Amino acid sequence: MDRERLVVVGAGMASLRLLEELKAACPGRYAVTVIGAEPEPAYNRVLLSSLLAGEANDEDLAFRDRAWYAANGYRLLTGAPAQAIDPSTRRVTLKDGRAFAYDRLVLATGSEAIRLPLPGAHLSQVLVFRDRCDAMRLKTLGVPGARAVVIGGGLLGLEAAYGLVKLGCAVTVVHLMGRLMERQLDARGAATLRRTLEAKGVAFALGAQSKAIVGETKVEGLELGSGEVLPADLIVMACGVRPNAALGRGAGLAANRGLLVDDAMRTSDPRIFALGECAEHRGVVYGLVAPAYEQAKTLARALAGDDAAYAGTLLSTNLKVSGVAVFSAGAIEAEAGDETIVLSDPGHGCYRKLIVRDDRLKGAILVGEASDALWYLDLIASGAPLGPLRDDLAFGRGFALAA
Amino acid sequence: MNMRPADLPKAPTRTTCPYCGVGCGVLAQPDHLGGATIAGDTEHPSNFGRLCSKGSALGETLSLNGRLLHPEIGAKRASWDEALDATAEGFRRTLETHGPEAIAIYLSGQLLTEDYYAANKLFKGFLGSANVDTNSRLCMSSSVAGHKRAFGADTVPGTYRDLEIADLLVFVGSNAAWCHPVLYQRMLAAKAARGAKIVVIDPRGTATAEEADLHLPLAGGSDAALFCGLLVHLADKGRLDQAYVAGHTQGFDAALARAREIAPTVSATSAACGLPPADVAAFFELFAATERVVTLYSQGVNQAAQGTDKVGAIINCHLATGRIGREGMGPFSLTGQPNAMGGREVGGLANQLAAHMGFEPASIDRVRRFWDAPRMAQADGLKAVDMFDAIGRGQIKALWVMGTNPAVSVPRADAVRAALKRLDHFVVSENVASNDTLGAGAHIRLPAAAWGEKDGTVTNSERRISRQRPFLAPPGQTRPDWWAVAQVAKRLGFGEAFGWRTPGEVFREHAALSAFENDGTRDFDIGALADLDTHDYDQLKPIQWPARRGMARTETRFFAKGGFYTANGRANFVEVAPLAPSASTDDRFPFRLNTGRIRDQWHTMTRTGKSQRLSSHLVEPFVEIHPDDATAEGLKDGGFARVTTTHGDVVLRVRAEPGQRRGALFAPIHWNDETSSNGRVGALVHAAVDPFSGQPDAKATPAAVAPARFARQGFALTRGALGALDPATWWARATVPHGFGLLFATDHEVTLSEIFPDLEPGDEIVDYVDAGRGVARSAVFRDGALAACLFVAPDRQESAWTFLRAKLGEGLTEGQVRSLLLAGRASDGAACGPLVCACHGVPKGVIETAIRGGAADAAAVGATTKAGTNCGSCLPEIRRMLVAARALATA
Repeated sequence: MDRERLVVVGAGMASLRLLEELKAACPGRYAVTVIGAEPEPAYNRVLLSSLLAGEANDEDLAFRDRAWYAANGYRLLTGAPAQAIDPSTRRVTLKDGRAFAYDRLVLATGSEAIRLPLPGAHLSQVLVFRDRCDAMRLKTLGVPGARAVVIGGGLLGLEAAYGLVKLGCAVTVVHLMGRLMERQLDARGAATLRRTLEAKGVAFALGAQSKAIVGETKVEGLELGSGEVLPADLIVMACGVRPNAALGRGAGLAANRGLLVDDAMRTSDPRIFALGECAEHRGVVYGLVAPAYEQAKTLARALAGDDAAYAGTLLSTNLKVSGVAVFSAGAIEAEAGDETIVLSDPGHGCYRKLIVRDDRLKGAILVGEASDALWYLDLIASGAPLGPLRDDLAFGRGFALAA
Repeated sequence: MNMRPADLPKAPTRTTCPYCGVGCGVLAQPDHLGGATIAGDTEHPSNFGRLCSKGSALGETLSLNGRLLHPEIGAKRASWDEALDATAEGFRRTLETHGPEAIAIYLSGQLLTEDYYAANKLFKGFLGSANVDTNSRLCMSSSVAGHKRAFGADTVPGTYRDLEIADLLVFVGSNAAWCHPVLYQRMLAAKAARGAKIVVIDPRGTATAEEADLHLPLAGGSDAALFCGLLVHLADKGRLDQAYVAGHTQGFDAALARAREIAPTVSATSAACGLPPADVAAFFELFAATERVVTLYSQGVNQAAQGTDKVGAIINCHLATGRIGREGMGPFSLTGQPNAMGGREVGGLANQLAAHMGFEPASIDRVRRFWDAPRMAQADGLKAVDMFDAIGRGQIKALWVMGTNPAVSVPRADAVRAALKRLDHFVVSENVASNDTLGAGAHIRLPAAAWGEKDGTVTNSERRISRQRPFLAPPGQTRPDWWAVAQVAKRLGFGEAFGWRTPGEVFREHAALSAFENDGTRDFDIGALADLDTHDYDQLKPIQWPARRGMARTETRFFAKGGFYTANGRANFVEVAPLAPSASTDDRFPFRLNTGRIRDQWHTMTRTGKSQRLSSHLVEPFVEIHPDDATAEGLKDGGFARVTTTHGDVVLRVRAEPGQRRGALFAPIHWNDETSSNGRVGALVHAAVDPFSGQPDAKATPAAVAPARFARQGFALTRGALGALDPATWWARATVPHGFGLLFATDHEVTLSEIFPDLEPGDEIVDYVDAGRGVARSAVFRDGALAACLFVAPDRQESAWTFLRAKLGEGLTEGQVRSLLLAGRASDGAACGPLVCACHGVPKGVIETAIRGGAADAAAVGATTKAGTNCGSCLPEIRRMLVAARALATA
């Protein structure tokens, strides 16, 4: 009997992890075709800012070469964006006209950067920062001495800003909110991060609305809501991402922000699955790699025929933001009755805040030094009583467990 | 004097330790940076190279921090001429207006013999006032009185050698393990080598008691009853030396009769002393059966309302058995101060005239002729307590305090401080620029040379005169005290009699007076030293007196064949007065407050307080109380107690101590307004004095305790200045490596900028806040090193203190996350804790680790950690830890 055909649309990090998990869970069970829009196999998108900053090269970004896919029986198509899905005939059509039949289909289409509809946003010096292509364009424009404005003080914007500073650009980050990374950090944590980045040469305009891009044929500046114009030779929009759910929606799959999936990562069509940033699980669209990896593991087991359920990932951020360790998990702000433990060293750019409720860790923010991040994450996830750990909690695993 | 650095000696200088009366030889090697390396002098017969924790840390006490470096009048800097003129003028004016009863000088057992001699001569011979007393009054004047009553002279009959060849050592009211560690270690070595027995008679379970074969924790003040019982026992068991009693003593029958009234039997004795009869009987038997017995006594005997009788009761037993002045036996007074003996020799007490002479007409005349003195004092002056009372009444109007801190140490210290403010003329000769006595309104401040700069002699507990030699140049305008006295004398018109140019000249005069018309009539005779030339004086080796002219210099004991200094040459047995406590406890003051020293501090901490090592063992003023009493009074171990007497109150850290008797409190004497907010224990002590010696009873003030609570506690450490805290804050200050520490407890907020006034804009501050637990910690970094830190919490934070006190100024290592310092401990759980061994800086945790690692006895612990291998005063604590570990292992 012929093997079942599994088509995976998307060749990013979630997709690759699924292939690896499949290899472990049920090697050879499916005839797998992987269809990617980008011109190359999955690479480490997390390192794009390092690539931009010149702190990482292509080799550092690479995961698996094409030979690996071939050796494991995975058929890989790159530079091949998908056009449509027909669930009734179980076929995926590519923009180039090719079509692939599937028994099971996985959508791992990721997300795309949001472009603000500002006047002048069409100018060619207005960029986003999402894939390797974007990084290359930024690198081309971000020549030493160039003035760059980054719109967006979230993770992506800060990554872009840092990369541009390393290239020698004069960078200002414009952020609508009064503090950076407001969904991950509290005010002091954000301030700590800001000071550290300022020390690295990034300027900030916080609480600033972007009104229009100034310039006729090329970018000359960004006009703010206050009327102030920040001179700029290039502008990066890093205002967030939007799930690439159009393909699934077009196939009639149930969707909200992302494609709705159950705990087995199954969409409203039982033969179609979704994972990663295009999927919405229990109302959450994850924008980070760790949940995608967890989802990949679950999905691989489901495809292998096992009972597997993804229960969601505790929302956490554990990243090097522009060379600064930042970790955030659970509650950001204390609620009534919560106790807050703060350890702060602004001079060294270190900040830790822990929120304790009923002797359990409910939230943790670490800026500057986050080597114990996973320990805190486990404590939050397990909800275990802290007991004697409490008094040394802020000093990390080494202290608390040596007590 | 006036040594320039280039003249400083290249080889180590042989000198003598400035602390206790053991009088250890010290080798000091200046480092030419203002400090010195300190080692024990292997050739000195007091210590043969050993030093205790305090002596070993002398090098840490030499900094010029806090020194008084120039004279001051009012609060203004003045020249020596101006200050001396003003000093002389004040005494001249007071004398002219109010007579010699209105002037006084208060001296110190820290002074050198030459200083003492000069001051005593000026006041008693030239100003006509015997109001010359000394802090030795607080220390061993009951021994002086006891010796004089029994022997007719203030004679210590035995020598240190006796302590090593005795078969029984009886410590009475002496915690020699902490207070005379080097001598104590010599005795322990003898015990180990020869099997000598040790009996400790002390209400407290001291470190000395822990090493004893028998500890008698008698009721405070009942020592005389115990020795009365012993005398009766010796008589009843036929253990008397009838020939000695008949041939060399008088008054035995009356003394025995009185002893029978007080303690007729073992059971009566045990009842009087609150001791198990079996223990009393065991002690009596041991004493009776052992020929070579030395009874050592110290402040527990002396500082008592019946101190002189206690001395008498002890001496009675030695006279009755003839165990005196022979090898390995005799009563032995351990003096507390380095030169208490020298002070006694020159007569620097209000009830002595000079050179072991009193105010008998013949003596007055003899001294007058020797000094060619115009205005001899004719009778006893006022002893310390009376002297300060007279100041308080306005009767004494001019006072010179030299090298001591009576506003801390004299009983009812608050009243003393208030009295000092009434003086018309108040001169203080001091090493330090600030202390409680200076703060009581000294008008004239004279900067005195300190140990290491001074040049002269001291006498130890075994009558051995040793040189204190300078190895540092006197800083600023500091001068020797004898020089200041001589300069004042000159301004009063006595230039000729005070024309000494060197301390050696003072010493020769002193030695000549001791021999003047002596002919064996007085015990103190060092005529052999009256002709030393300057070179001989400089080279003088430790020498025991008597050193009569023409007599061979050998180790000397007194009274083996009688020869007492009474009129008929017979020793007096003493009829001990019936026991009567100096003051009764009642419902309001149900406890008795005992005071004393701790291992690593000395007096009011002006010197030892400078040493970070010595400030580690016990950091705060505390009160010890039996755990059951603590519970009954609502006190918690580690909490705070307000201790109150009629005379004042203090707030002290509570140490629940099973070795403490029920109903008794113990608090150390060291803390003062410079080092604590509420630690002036001297302010609590009543002014009851011994009727013979005038020595205050510092061991039995009726007192009350009550819990004191604070919302928060903490500590601050800084390399810079410490700011003023809210006046209601409890605090204690301590020296730490590279800075100072402050432990505090308060109901108020403590802010960083308040406690560290010299924060700089560039300082980096690291914070830890756990508001829910009331915990706040901050560390200040300057130039990459810890410059200050502040820890606040609801409770005490001992382990964080011991971890961080050593971290000031420490640079950060590569990759170190400095905020983790605020955890208050090492991440690997590295051993720390309070320093047990101050000499080698070994903390408790290291010793515990060694014990866990298999060190089975103190020697093994020493081999592993070095702890206890120098002075040995921490050995009792180490042994206690070993016992505790064994108990845990077998539990």
